[in-house]
Amino acid sequence: MHEGARLLLELGGIVLGLGLLGRLAARFGFSPIPLYLMGGLAIGQGGIAPIVTSEDFIEIGAEIGVVLLLLMLGLEFTGRELVASVRSTAPVGFTDLVINAAPGFVGGLVLGLGLTGALFLGGVTYISSSGVIAKLIADLGWLANRETPAVLSLLVFEDLAMAVLLPVLGAIAIGGEFSGVVLAATAALVVVALILAIGARHGDRISRAMFSSSDEVNLLTLLGITLLVAGAAERLSVSAAVGAFLVGIGVSGEAVGRARTLLAPLRDLFAAVFFVFFGIQTDPRALPGIAFAVLALALASSVTKLFVGWWAAARVGAGRSARLRAGVLLVARGEFSIVIAGLGLAGGVDERLGLLAVGYVLVTAVLGPVAAKIVDSRSVSRPGPRPVGEH
Amino acid sequence: MTEIERTNLPGVGTRFEFTTGDGRRIGVIHHRSGRREVFVCPEDDPDTAIVTLDLSDDEAHDLVDLLGGSRVVENLSQLQHQIEGLAIDWLTIDPHAKYAGRTIGDARIRTRTGVSVVAVLRGDDPHPAPGPEFQMEAEDVLVVVGTPEGITGVRGILRSG
Repeated sequence: MHEGARLLLELGGIVLGLGLLGRLAARFGFSPIPLYLMGGLAIGQGGIAPIVTSEDFIEIGAEIGVVLLLLMLGLEFTGRELVASVRSTAPVGFTDLVINAAPGFVGGLVLGLGLTGALFLGGVTYISSSGVIAKLIADLGWLANRETPAVLSLLVFEDLAMAVLLPVLGAIAIGGEFSGVVLAATAALVVVALILAIGARHGDRISRAMFSSSDEVNLLTLLGITLLVAGAAERLSVSAAVGAFLVGIGVSGEAVGRARTLLAPLRDLFAAVFFVFFGIQTDPRALPGIAFAVLALALASSVTKLFVGWWAAARVGAGRSARLRAGVLLVARGEFSIVIAGLGLAGGVDERLGLLAVGYVLVTAVLGPVAAKIVDSRSVSRPGPRPVGEH
Repeated sequence: MTEIERTNLPGVGTRFEFTTGDGRRIGVIHHRSGRREVFVCPEDDPDTAIVTLDLSDDEAHDLVDLLGGSRVVENLSQLQHQIEGLAIDWLTIDPHAKYAGRTIGDARIRTRTGVSVVAVLRGDDPHPAPGPEFQMEAEDVLVVVGTPEGITGVRGILRSG
């Protein structure tokens, strides 16, 4: 009984704290993700107020958070959109993958994380945060700008690349014999391709069969299926995150709009718990030691993202200021960098990976939006007041 | 017909746009939620939207109406044209008139002159908005609205015996 009271008190304090942090972030127009991570740092080992009882619950919540993050990401896109985006952005998309994973990979090798650790750090620096970026585009009113479709297509490409990379990285993290890794990775890729193909062809029919007119039934059905598939994927070492992502893509069509509105609040809660948990696992006392490495990574990978954005916008015929906007948009990293780092840690990669990922996301998730706002205020004032009598 | 460009916005919806005669890029974003966003770019920077306008489904339809797609608006604008030369008159039916004892429809007043009979006064009883089946009698007073020329025409019709 005493234990129960303590658990509720701790959880209440944490969730309320997250609410306050979210409010603070909204006040200044920033993503709350860096604040959630810092909140986690504060209540974890070596933080200012370490929690005691609720860690188990938070760990399970974090697991569900990853699953919901990826499910919602999958629901955002239809199979057809994915195919169209890959076709139109393939050259930029592959360049994006190579030159943005490079700083993380090289940095990982230099820091001595080992080959596996370096691969994961490459994943962390590669993937931009579609959550942070989508919010920025909406807040700044950039949706109608010429470069925006190119940016969105690139994000879709990245998300799809992640669906392919996560199982491969997962197989590598588990390690074992080389042939075993190749076999597991191949099996994972075949499953991914199969589900994508089914989703693209029969997504409408599947969702029609799944959804009823009752919101409650829909919520339970979709959540149940997702958790089952995620669990099965985890069992097959494909990673639960990928399983959830594939369920999201497989379920498409009209009914998806409802599913999104039903799941969004759940996702918000558990994703916040996930970020907190990641912060809890990280010992803030070790952060100063890697500050230089984090800043160097952030700087290098911001330059490479700027280049990719610039090029993607130039390809659709946008002018210089539009290219700059596309570049700064892509700088922000967030939820998926943390997901990748979490997968690495679960696979037993050097613990500094988590530390680097937290520091890296803290820097880029703030730097990206700030840079975007500066660019926006400049481009708005640029035309200047018209001289009197021009008309 | 203007050439309309269609762009897919993954995860958001679809964007339709075209360039106007004076070189401005304007367009509409259809969000999957049904929301519509109208945007306008300045002449000197076709990449950047300066005006964006959020519209709900209903508001979007209202805007389409205002832009001239519906009959209601056409009628409204016709009415406005007439206001400048609008006249109202009271015409008494002569007992010897051809149409005394016959209906408004028989006289084909609106068809021939464009003038509307908005009311008929019979003694102290007003009969507002009479239909074409309304039977006119001697000494009835017709309240008519139309152009001065049209009303002159009606006077002629009612007098002609």
